[in-house]
Amino acid sequence: MAATTYIEAIGRGMREEMERDSSVFLMGEDIGAYGGAFKATRGFLEKFGPARVIDTPLSETAILGAAVGAALVGMRPIVEMQFADFVSCGFNQLVTNAATMHYRWHLPVPMVVRLPSGGYIHGGPFHSVNPEGWFFHVPGLKIVAPSTTEDACGLMKGAVRDNNPVLYLESKYLYRRVKGDVSGEVVEIGKGMVRRPGDDMVIITYGSTVQQSLDAADRLAREEGVETRVVDLRTLKPLDTGLILDAVRATGRVLIVHEDNLTGGIGGEVAALIAEGAFTYLDAPVRRLAALDTPVPFSPPLEEFVLPSQDKIFHALQELRRY
Amino acid sequence: MARVDVIMPQMGESIAEGTILRWLKKVGDRVAKDETLLEISTDKVDSEIPSPASGVLLSIEVPEQKTVPVQTVIAIIETEGAGGVAARGGESAAPDVTGVSAGVGGGVAGGGRGVLEAGVEPAGAGAGAGVLGAGGPSGGRFYSPLVLTIAKEEGVGLSELEQIPGSGEGGRVTKKDLLAYVERRRAASGGVKVSVAGPSPGARPGAGAVAGAGTPVDDPALRKKYPSPAYEVLQMSPVVQRMAQHMVLSVQTSPHVAAVHEVDMTAVVKHRGEHAAEFERREGFKLTYTSYIAGAVVKAIKKYPLVNSSVEGERIIQKNFINLGLAVASESGLIVPVIKHAEEKSLVGLARAVNDLAVRTRARKLTPDDIQGGTFTITNFGVFGTMIGVPIINQPQVAILGTGAITRRPVVTEDDAIAIRSIAYFTLSFDHRIIDGALGGMFLEEIVQNLERFDSGTKL
Repeated sequence: MAATTYIEAIGRGMREEMERDSSVFLMGEDIGAYGGAFKATRGFLEKFGPARVIDTPLSETAILGAAVGAALVGMRPIVEMQFADFVSCGFNQLVTNAATMHYRWHLPVPMVVRLPSGGYIHGGPFHSVNPEGWFFHVPGLKIVAPSTTEDACGLMKGAVRDNNPVLYLESKYLYRRVKGDVSGEVVEIGKGMVRRPGDDMVIITYGSTVQQSLDAADRLAREEGVETRVVDLRTLKPLDTGLILDAVRATGRVLIVHEDNLTGGIGGEVAALIAEGAFTYLDAPVRRLAALDTPVPFSPPLEEFVLPSQDKIFHALQELRRY
Repeated sequence: MARVDVIMPQMGESIAEGTILRWLKKVGDRVAKDETLLEISTDKVDSEIPSPASGVLLSIEVPEQKTVPVQTVIAIIETEGAGGVAARGGESAAPDVTGVSAGVGGGVAGGGRGVLEAGVEPAGAGAGAGVLGAGGPSGGRFYSPLVLTIAKEEGVGLSELEQIPGSGEGGRVTKKDLLAYVERRRAASGGVKVSVAGPSPGARPGAGAVAGAGTPVDDPALRKKYPSPAYEVLQMSPVVQRMAQHMVLSVQTSPHVAAVHEVDMTAVVKHRGEHAAEFERREGFKLTYTSYIAGAVVKAIKKYPLVNSSVEGERIIQKNFINLGLAVASESGLIVPVIKHAEEKSLVGLARAVNDLAVRTRARKLTPDDIQGGTFTITNFGVFGTMIGVPIINQPQVAILGTGAITRRPVVTEDDAIAIRSIAYFTLSFDHRIIDGALGGMFLEEIVQNLERFDSGTKL
């Protein structure tokens, strides 16, 4: 059996949830006959029909508002933002409506928002956004960020079955670059994972920078004999604090890596958590490697300059090691 | 309110000096009578020394890692009495304490002043203050939270921390540096971690090799000459240093001659096979070949007592008792526990003594006397598969027996048949100053005969 791509794994997760539960349905722009901008839903219209695979107008606020309403009456919508960047148009529906329903009325809002995120694709400033920082601050939302095919499928299933609004960050860069086996098992939301063992240092990361981090850690082990643990957060909200603090206690040296901008990013929260929970275990200041605080440029050399890379992670590890 | 001197105790009849490994109390700490006050090392055995009195530790006269003769005053305890410490702190005791902390590389954590102040607080406060007081920059060096945490857990004082070379940026002490230091300190404290038949290939006389005997150390001078990771610089533990000195001394002292005899162990193997299970049920431990060999050696020494002697100038001191040393491999180096008065023991008695030493060696419960006074040594390198080895004499003895692995082999018997027998090679290394080839050969052959003609009816 050919290995499944990351985007196929997302599709498999959605398809199997739709097969399992008739209340699961899709909404989005051009997801029906066209199969989605990235073809994640190719064949879904034929299989599930127009009542469960709904093409919408180009209005994120309408799509997300409709999803909130559907969730309130017992459906489990999965909506696709064509690019994560555009979710900003529906921001109010998520942060004011979806996120607060439970607190106001004790009503569950089981909806999944697919957010094709990030750069490395020469998409320019309107098609390269990592939106997690915008929502990380908001109580009532969950955020997942798969980095593997197994998690792409498993976290989709976990997100659909969760009774809260879940933002599902999918890295466009990984869509067809990551391939692997998929068991079809549900992945529990809120659990990170150690992707690479090591007791000298730890990288805490998620999403598109997990593989870069693994490569950099392997290179450092090869060249300098230093073993770096790599922790994949997988869920950003709620954070797997136990796993993070355990890794810090085991290693004492921490590098946080993410593709999103540095300022106000997930890394700042992780660093604060470490300072509060594991200060006495730190042998070096916590370091962050993230995108520069600029929009993602269109020009490939500039994009490369702005975003994290295996090389940058490697050098950051070297510096951390020298401290 | 009296002062009680703590003296370096004599831990064995032949022991003249001891090394302070670790003070478990700091100046100013309260200590109860018989509570462990410090750890000392004599030769290769560590001992915990109880406090001779209840009171407050007024001063430490001998720092860690220093070696002094027995009966030396190593600390002073002020017995219970209100206000005594504080009052004295101002006058006579203060110079003492300051003197100690200035002269000590490690151990007396925190330095004199802070500790003395802490001394008037409830017990335990002193230790915390001494170590954790290091929170701020001290002596110009920065310590990370983790380094301070480890230092506290491992009881590494500030003054001690400051001695540790740092490999981090600007010479900062890293977690790795501190852990390596703690490991070295542990190894230096005698570390009698021993396995009688452990896999360590070194640490035995004859084999000569020293393996697993060092801990990584960062030596700036050598770092340049031997760049990591192509080289690893290891610190010899004190046990290994002593082993090295002893081996060189032995080879320089005694002209070694070795004789190798083949021994047919079939009778012994058969006897052990028949009795091993019942023996283990009854005694609770395994019956080993070592016990049989020890028995054969004791018998042979009785016939040729000159091998059981030592040399002093132009005099030979021949011993009319047999203290049988058994060389065993240990993680930190060679150790040779001794069966006292082996000549008085039956085979079962020897087996019990061998087992007792093995158990206590493993449990690190050997006393200094356990490794003193040997008159002849057996080293069983056969457990590592060695067929023939040439051991180095354990001074001041004059001979050592090395026993090779027992293997089943076809041999030509006396009636010209070919039979499968259990064969081993035994080596006797002897001091040719007083033992000639004739005596060496006859003595060794006597051991061989004792084993080959082992009485199958011997009761256990």
